[in-house]
Order: sequence, then structure tokens, then C-alpha cells
Amino acid sequence: MSIAEIQQTEGRGTPALRRFLRKQSVLGRFLRKRSGVAGLVMLVVPLVAGLCAPLLVWIEGQDPSTLHTDLLDPDGGRPLGAFGGVSADHWLGVIPVTGVDLFAQIVYGIRSSLFIAFGASILSIAFAAVLGTATGYFGGWLNAVAGRVIDFMFGFPGLMFVIAIMAIVPPEMPRGLVLVLVLAFFGWIVPARIIGAQAGAINARAFVEAARATGAPPWQIIRREMLPHLFGLVVVLFAMSLPGNVSVVAGLSFLGVGLRGDVPDLGKLLSDSLSWIYSGADVWYMLFPGAVVFLIVFGATLAGDALRDVLDVRTEDAA
Amino acid sequence: MPDPVLQVEDLCVSFTSGGVTADVVRDLSVSLDGGRTLAVVGESGSGKTITGRAIMRLLPRGASARGRIVVAGREMLSADERELRRARGFDVAMVFQDSMSALSPYLDVGAHIAQAVRLHNPSVTRRAARARAVEMLDRVGIPEPADAVRRFPHEFSGGMRQRAMIAMALVNRPALLIADEPTTALDVTVQAQILALLRELQREYGMAMLLISHDFGVVGSAADDVLVLYAGRQAEYGSLRDIFDQPAHPYTAGLRAATPRLDARLHTGGERTRLRAIPGAPTSLRDAGPGCAFAPRCGLADQVGERCVVEAPLPTVRPTSEGGGLHLAACHLDRLPAPQEVAR
Repeated sequence: MSIAEIQQTEGRGTPALRRFLRKQSVLGRFLRKRSGVAGLVMLVVPLVAGLCAPLLVWIEGQDPSTLHTDLLDPDGGRPLGAFGGVSADHWLGVIPVTGVDLFAQIVYGIRSSLFIAFGASILSIAFAAVLGTATGYFGGWLNAVAGRVIDFMFGFPGLMFVIAIMAIVPPEMPRGLVLVLVLAFFGWIVPARIIGAQAGAINARAFVEAARATGAPPWQIIRREMLPHLFGLVVVLFAMSLPGNVSVVAGLSFLGVGLRGDVPDLGKLLSDSLSWIYSGADVWYMLFPGAVVFLIVFGATLAGDALRDVLDVRTEDAA
Repeated sequence: MPDPVLQVEDLCVSFTSGGVTADVVRDLSVSLDGGRTLAVVGESGSGKTITGRAIMRLLPRGASARGRIVVAGREMLSADERELRRARGFDVAMVFQDSMSALSPYLDVGAHIAQAVRLHNPSVTRRAARARAVEMLDRVGIPEPADAVRRFPHEFSGGMRQRAMIAMALVNRPALLIADEPTTALDVTVQAQILALLRELQREYGMAMLLISHDFGVVGSAADDVLVLYAGRQAEYGSLRDIFDQPAHPYTAGLRAATPRLDARLHTGGERTRLRAIPGAPTSLRDAGPGCAFAPRCGLADQVGERCVVEAPLPTVRPTSEGGGLHLAACHLDRLPAPQEVAR
């Protein structure tokens, strides 16, 4: 065989199959990945439940504030019945001591805490991605300035600051929105440094140099050459920042500077249930909201992984 | 005579780090006409790659260039970003050594070429640019170009990738092509094909080519003129024949003696000879003294004496063979002794 013939046969595969795969949209390829679909379901079902909380609670025939002390053991206040008082009326049982419907608390809790966590994560990771890419690409004085600002923020007692801010927020301001902004303000620091380092490494790679040698302007280099490489990292950082924000919201609520006491909140449920799981008196109080948080975080990670694989042209055939 | 496509005058490139400045290229002057190939040869660290980058103004951070570089009538060192972007890929294009890392893994081959087209002709539609990419892939000898254009770099073999990169570089018909070790990462049979392709396209487009290489075999089969760099300085410049047959600088002679030749037996009367290595390591750019940079490794420095250590030799005109053009060498010795005595 001549060299040309060898080259011709090499890496050809079956062109028809490849063309078919490539024609499929990103969505189509995503839907063929089982882990991705599972992750998406795990992520979307609780979120939809949160969105439709009033409707679901109306179907259940409960509300998130009525006390049902008749369902509690008068001695110690733990719910009567199996699984923390699960019944046709109370799908996930009731909360000890107060007897409030747990299902209603959870779906309303998804609304407040998850939407705060999502908002804060989206804002902070988006800002980190923009800043990190810019410092990685332009380097020089921008990198130096951003680096010092990040150093300063690292040394800044963020949690104290958040507590102080939340304590003085006037009551007429929407606390949820303030929480989103405050969490986002402290959430971009570590991701920005990680993305910046990665972007700097990509910027030094030969294909970026080659694009520059073709006369590509900065914006095009960032968009076409750098962003595809950073996408996976951004997805992972987002999936990692989400549970962190959920727990910070919970912690703040626990300290009394988060959401108002009467607003249902997954984090608050979890922290309130701590003593009940320590004593073993009502493990279901923590398991149900914990499972919801777990589902959402795990689902976000799975879906993020799958999305990254689907967008990576090198693994497309391995679907 | 038309102006040369590439004109470099007194080019100095220096790196500054930690307050110390080191010249990696010093006082380099060379010019190159359209249709000609100039090979830049030297060991690693001799400044050959940096020279190529300086011409494109793609120097790494911390490096600065002085002097004058004119490409197709455009002053590169004083040009602003906009002008540079217009020149890169249009007046002067580059082919890189490692085609795997020089093509983005996330873009198909067609996107690379189409991007190069549209960057310099914004009025061309996406579809037309893709069509141009197919044409160009066909031109560089990639089979089934209409299918290949949709493939990704990792699906290509090394030789095909290098062809694709040549297509990307030449799609706008630049006046000057800088080929930085274009065949080093390839195996020998593919090397020859790629060199032949480059020569062919050069003839067709009438472009000038700056071939950066450390391989005398590649140089011998592709170059018209040769520039030998040592420690960032011009050691010798001349036509291929002059450099090969009558080197006037001990370093060039040493490089020749270190290169395997098929005709070696003829030259030595059938006797087997060992390849000779140049003793020592390349001179550090930082503690370069006032003398000739090659003096510490030079087998002939004794013959000249102190002058080699205290005075840097300037390029002076040397005898040329018939039709050889300019021949310059930077050595205090007027004439090298016979080849056998050159290397210690």
C-alpha cells in the first residue's frame, strides 16, 4: 500500500455513522446518555415541585403553617406512626414538636432555599467565568490587579460580613434577593482563581497561538478557542458551589439572620432536625429534606458531567 | 528588482526577567525575495524560533524586539494591534511544528480554515468559506475533502493534520510563510511529502518561505539560502551550495560534520567515518562575554588566539561559488582549513 492509500484508510471509520451522529443536536445526544437523563430528572423534579408548591400542597390538602399537635406523642413531641407520621393526609409525615406538615415545608423550602442557592451560584460562577477568562487571556496588569483583589477577598472574613449585613437589612427589603447578592459577592473568589489559572494555561497552548497567527481578534480567540475548554470546569464549579450555598443559607437561617423565621427553608429544616437524628427519636425528619437536597446536588453533578461529555467532540462516539 | 518580501534589519530580541536582560537575537539582518526559501538553522536556543515569532510579532511576554522588520511593505515592529491582525494570516502565515496541539480539538478541520478565510474577508459567507476550505483541503492532497472538512483534528493522522495546517496557513495566499520545524514531528517518508507539498505550493503562489529547522537533511532538500544562527547571532549566511560545500564558519562546518550523509564514503574514499559531535553545550546567553559566542567550543580558536575571546566577529563577505549570491560569515578566520581538521 502506498503512503497515500494508508492515509486514506486511516481514521475513516464509517462515514455514514459519523455523519448521523454529528447531525444530531446536542439535546439529542444528551438524551441518549442515561446518566445525564437520570441527573436531569433528579434535578428537575424537585425544582418543579418547588415551583408548583402551592398547587401540590393544595392537592395534599395541607399548608406549611398549620400545627397538628394531635398527631404527636404528648410525651416528647415525636410524631406518632411509622416513618415520622407518614399517612394519606401527610405524605411525608409531620415535624416533631409542632406537627407542621413536612411535605408542605419541603416543597415551600425548595422554593426559598434552592432558588437562593441557584441564583447565588449562577451569579457568582458567571462572574468568575468572565473574570477568570479575561485574566487568563489578557494577563499582565489585569491579572495582577485581579489577583491582588482575590487575595484581599481571601483574607476577608466573609461570613462575619454576611452576618453583619443580614442583621442590618431593613425589613422591607426582600431578604431572599439580598441573600442571593451577598452570597454571590463572596462566591466568585475561589472559582475565579481556578478558572483564571486554567484559562491562562489554555492561553499558552499552541492552538491559541495558531489562531493568533491567523489574525484572530481577542474576542474570537476567547469564544472559539478558550471557552469550549473551560466549559467543563465551569459546570463542575457550579455543581460544587450549589450545595455550599444551600448550607450557608441554612446556617444563616439557623443563626437567625437568614430568611425570616416563618419562611420554610430546606437548610433550616436540616439544622432543626439535627437533634432528632442524634437522639434517633425521628430520623425521618432529616431524611426527607436531606434526600431532596441530595437529589438536587447529585442530579446537577450527573447532568453537568453528561453535558460536558456531549459538548466534547472527542467523546461523542463513546455515547 | 522588486522589494524583498521580508526585510529584517538589525533585529534584536531581548528577554527581561528578574531585572536581568538577555539578548536572544542580536543584530540580525537578512532579506528574502518572493519565491525563495530561506532556511534558518541552529541548535535549540539559537534564536531561530524567536526570530520567526518576532516577524509575526508573536513574542512571548517579557520579550521585546528592536530593529526593523518589513513584511510585504508593512513595518511589523511599529504596527498597532489592528494592523498586526490584518497582516497575520494574510501577509504572513505560520505553520507550526506540532499539528496536534496547533489545531483546536473542539473545532473541525473545516472550521479552522473557514475561520482563516472569514477573518480576512468578512464579506464571505459561512457557506462560501466552507467551500473554500474543501477546495483548499483538496489542494493540499487530502483525500475526500468534502468529508474530511467535517472531521476533527484527532481523527487525522499526523501527516494529514500537517496538510490541514498548511491549508489553513495558505488559504489567504500569504506573501510569506514561516514554517517552524514543519516536519520535525513527522516520520521520514511523510516529511518528504510535506516538504514537496510546501515547495509545490510555494512555486504556485510565488510566496517566500522562512523554513526554521535544525535538520540539515530538510534544509538540503528545500532551501535556496541558509542562515546559520549561533547564540542568537548570525554565524553564516549564504546560498545552500556555499553553506554545504564551502562553509566559512567553524560552527557550520561542525554542523555539517555532525550530519549523516549518504555520499560520505565517496568523500572519504570509501573509508568508514564516524559522525563528529560539536563538543560542549550551547553558550549561555546571560554570561556571554565580549568575544565570539562560539569560541569556547571552537576547535580553531587556538589558531586565531586572543582575538576570539575579546572581540565579537562581524559578518564579512566570503568567496562564493558560481551564481551563489551573497555569502557572509562571522569568523575571524579568513579561511577554514580542510574539513577533517575542523572538529577537535
